[in-house]
Amino acid sequence: MTAHSAAHAEHPPHLAHHFETPVQQFESGKLGMWLFLGTELLMFGGLFCAYAIYRANHPDIFLYAHQFLDKKLGGINTVVLICSSLTMAWAVRAAQLGQRALLVLMLLLTLACAGGFMGIKYVEYKAKFEHGLLPGTHYVAQTDHGHGGDHAAPGHEAAAGEAAAPHAAAGDAHATPAEGDAVAHEMAADEAAAHALEVTPTPPVSAADAPKIGRAAAAPGTFRPGPEPTTDGHGPAAVPANPQIFFGIYFAMTGLHGFHVLAGMIVITWLLVLSLRGTFGPDYFTPVDLVGLYWHIVDLIWIFLFPLLYLIH
Amino acid sequence: MTTTHVAVGSRPHSAEAQPGENYLNCSHGLKSWLLTLDHKRIGVMYLIATLGSFLLGGIFALLVRTEHLTAGKTIMDADTYNQMFTLHGAVMVFLFIIPAIPAAFGNFVLPIMLGAKDVAFPRLNLASFYFWIAGAVLAVVSIAINAPDTGWTFYTPYSTSTATSVIPVVFGVFILGFSSIFTGLNFIVTIHKLRPKEMGWFQMPLFLWGLYATALIQILATPVLAITLLLLILERSLGIGIFDPALGGDPVLFQHFFWFYSHPAVYIMILPAMGIISELITTYSHKHIFSYRFIAYSSVAIAIFGFLVWGHHMFTSGQSSLLSMIFSAITFSVAIPSAIKVFNWVVTMYKGSIDLKTPMWYALIFIWVFSIGGLTGIFLGTLSVDVHLHDTYFVVAHFHYVMFGGTVMALLGGLHHWWPKMFGRMYNERWAQVATFLVFVGFNLTFFTQFVMGSRGMPRRYYMYPEEFTNWHVASTWGSYIMAAGFVLTAIYLLRSLAKGPIAPMNPWGGATLEWQTTSPPPHYNFDGDPPKTGDPYDFDRVKYDPETGSYYHEPLRG
Repeated sequence: MTAHSAAHAEHPPHLAHHFETPVQQFESGKLGMWLFLGTELLMFGGLFCAYAIYRANHPDIFLYAHQFLDKKLGGINTVVLICSSLTMAWAVRAAQLGQRALLVLMLLLTLACAGGFMGIKYVEYKAKFEHGLLPGTHYVAQTDHGHGGDHAAPGHEAAAGEAAAPHAAAGDAHATPAEGDAVAHEMAADEAAAHALEVTPTPPVSAADAPKIGRAAAAPGTFRPGPEPTTDGHGPAAVPANPQIFFGIYFAMTGLHGFHVLAGMIVITWLLVLSLRGTFGPDYFTPVDLVGLYWHIVDLIWIFLFPLLYLIH
Repeated sequence: MTTTHVAVGSRPHSAEAQPGENYLNCSHGLKSWLLTLDHKRIGVMYLIATLGSFLLGGIFALLVRTEHLTAGKTIMDADTYNQMFTLHGAVMVFLFIIPAIPAAFGNFVLPIMLGAKDVAFPRLNLASFYFWIAGAVLAVVSIAINAPDTGWTFYTPYSTSTATSVIPVVFGVFILGFSSIFTGLNFIVTIHKLRPKEMGWFQMPLFLWGLYATALIQILATPVLAITLLLLILERSLGIGIFDPALGGDPVLFQHFFWFYSHPAVYIMILPAMGIISELITTYSHKHIFSYRFIAYSSVAIAIFGFLVWGHHMFTSGQSSLLSMIFSAITFSVAIPSAIKVFNWVVTMYKGSIDLKTPMWYALIFIWVFSIGGLTGIFLGTLSVDVHLHDTYFVVAHFHYVMFGGTVMALLGGLHHWWPKMFGRMYNERWAQVATFLVFVGFNLTFFTQFVMGSRGMPRRYYMYPEEFTNWHVASTWGSYIMAAGFVLTAIYLLRSLAKGPIAPMNPWGGATLEWQTTSPPPHYNFDGDPPKTGDPYDFDRVKYDPETGSYYHEPLRG
């Protein structure tokens, strides 16, 4: 190509040599992006599939463990991401109309929302790490049998206040007794069903197999059977066996999603630099358009993740 | 359409190249290759890289076969043996056979067959090559640290409990997946958007249908492998327990995830090979392909069926019998589109003017060997028979008949077919046929014996075997040596042709598709001036032989 680059002045500056028209180039880029987004959905599809299988096999685990997620922060993050989709779409429009200042502003707002999302995610992850709500061998059994209490789920006070979704506060110490009982009933039934299907639990792995993690020392071994299920549905809510499965899926799904948000922030920053240089206008806005598509998919995946992980019922 | 071509031709940077200038000599230096965006150069780099992997995987294979010369220890201990067959499988599958035909020949030929200047995203194409390199480097690093011994399938709990370096090789395969996805994405967009308006879907050469169907699978299946491998890495590094029953996980879920990709991946390997065979059969019969549409549709049908049969790898993994029956039935139905292709190839040859050049020999070998491989697949798809044959040498022989006897024979056919076009030199036909004979005999001796051993109960991946199998194993090993000799001979005369071979004419074989209507090797922009008009891709009536130049040429399109 170098031999021929001098000739590029002859045709539109952004038209690559192998395309005949800018429209053909734009359409190719768009089709390519949609195919890429298809692969993204399939990649997350593997995790959604794992989620569906484990939730169908162990509904009790999901019901129990999801209480430790902070619905308030998750909800805020959902709103933040939806706002960022709006600003991104606006940025695409600004690029198409050649409104450079507006484009820069909208990209900045999108970046700010993305940063805010990651910040809130950091707060949530930090709380999980502190309380040992971790996947697999790193999980630390929760002593309060899922009642959240004052340390495990910082957002629970708020959750209890959410009158609109009384069951969302499942198992919360602050929930009304009636709600607590209803949940206990539900969980006990699930527990019994799960136990009926389950094979005898594998014997605990020897302590030598359990990797270092200091926190795990509190709970020797890796297999953590919960207390006997309370068939009458009263008394302390049952802690199902293997709650760490939920956190494995939670961290895999939100982690991969967070990685995509980070990647999005990097490309939006690149767009910002190009916009400041005045690259985009009515003749050429393909990158803004394509990154916009990507950003909407990242948003869309979160819109599915939030109810699936935080609002289990 | 005329207007568009005038527009292309009028652009100064696509002006006619200097006489004798082609894509190989239009720029010089290592950098002009390593940073090239030219699909032809990227195709050649892929060819070198994948054939290098084939050599590496072949050496592992020879070591495995040599070990089996005796029933006990021959040259290596049991742990090394486990590593050798794992590396043979992983290198051959992920580094060689999945990328080889699409990435090497597809890259080189696809844009030329369309009359385009390049693929839709040349930068992505180069990036995809470097993803391949990164994946290959990681795989080699894992060999250097402590080669994995899990088998190429990385089944849990082998892969979660072994002390060998599984993570680097799995991460390598993860990256190779991106290379595969980007290549497939590039091809789909190129076929959709860079196909000239006068070339309808059913005027594309059939190789492009094969590549298109392959690309669909690459796009739809590879992401699932990616997430599976990520989960496996998380399982091994953090113990998330998703595949570990001690933590409430399910090891069979890994098998489902893995085969959801890896069974379609089998069709990633065979579909482009079938595309090549369609080109070879029609070209060397000098006769229009029989039933174009059925061959084209059957490629897509195989791609679709390929997604619905993964469970036939798990007939003995405790899958429900209803599920097994459904998977078995769908597996049988894959035979239909495959047979459609075979019958149409055979009928194409009927009353053709068959020219038994080396590529045609490989095409004939393909039909014969692939049929055996395909029909033994029906044995394995049968539930009751599979219980007996599962994890025996019968399975090994079956998939080598399909993968090696199918894909590699087609690859060799394509290599000989397009060699003059890629490098502008003719190889020695006589030596080529000798090598073809050696490969054919060696291949059948190596793997037919394994059908016999497998049906008599010899399990795969075993280090030792009962004395009664000794003769079969020895015969199989000698077969692999004969085959290796054939490949060494092939390498010698091909490399020699680069320096001493006669200059290749534009169309030495009488091909009808567009790549035979440009110079050998093609210029940087694929055609000097506008690409020729296309109509029916297999209109051999227009292809005439010119005894003076020793080349075929196209009569101008009438009407």
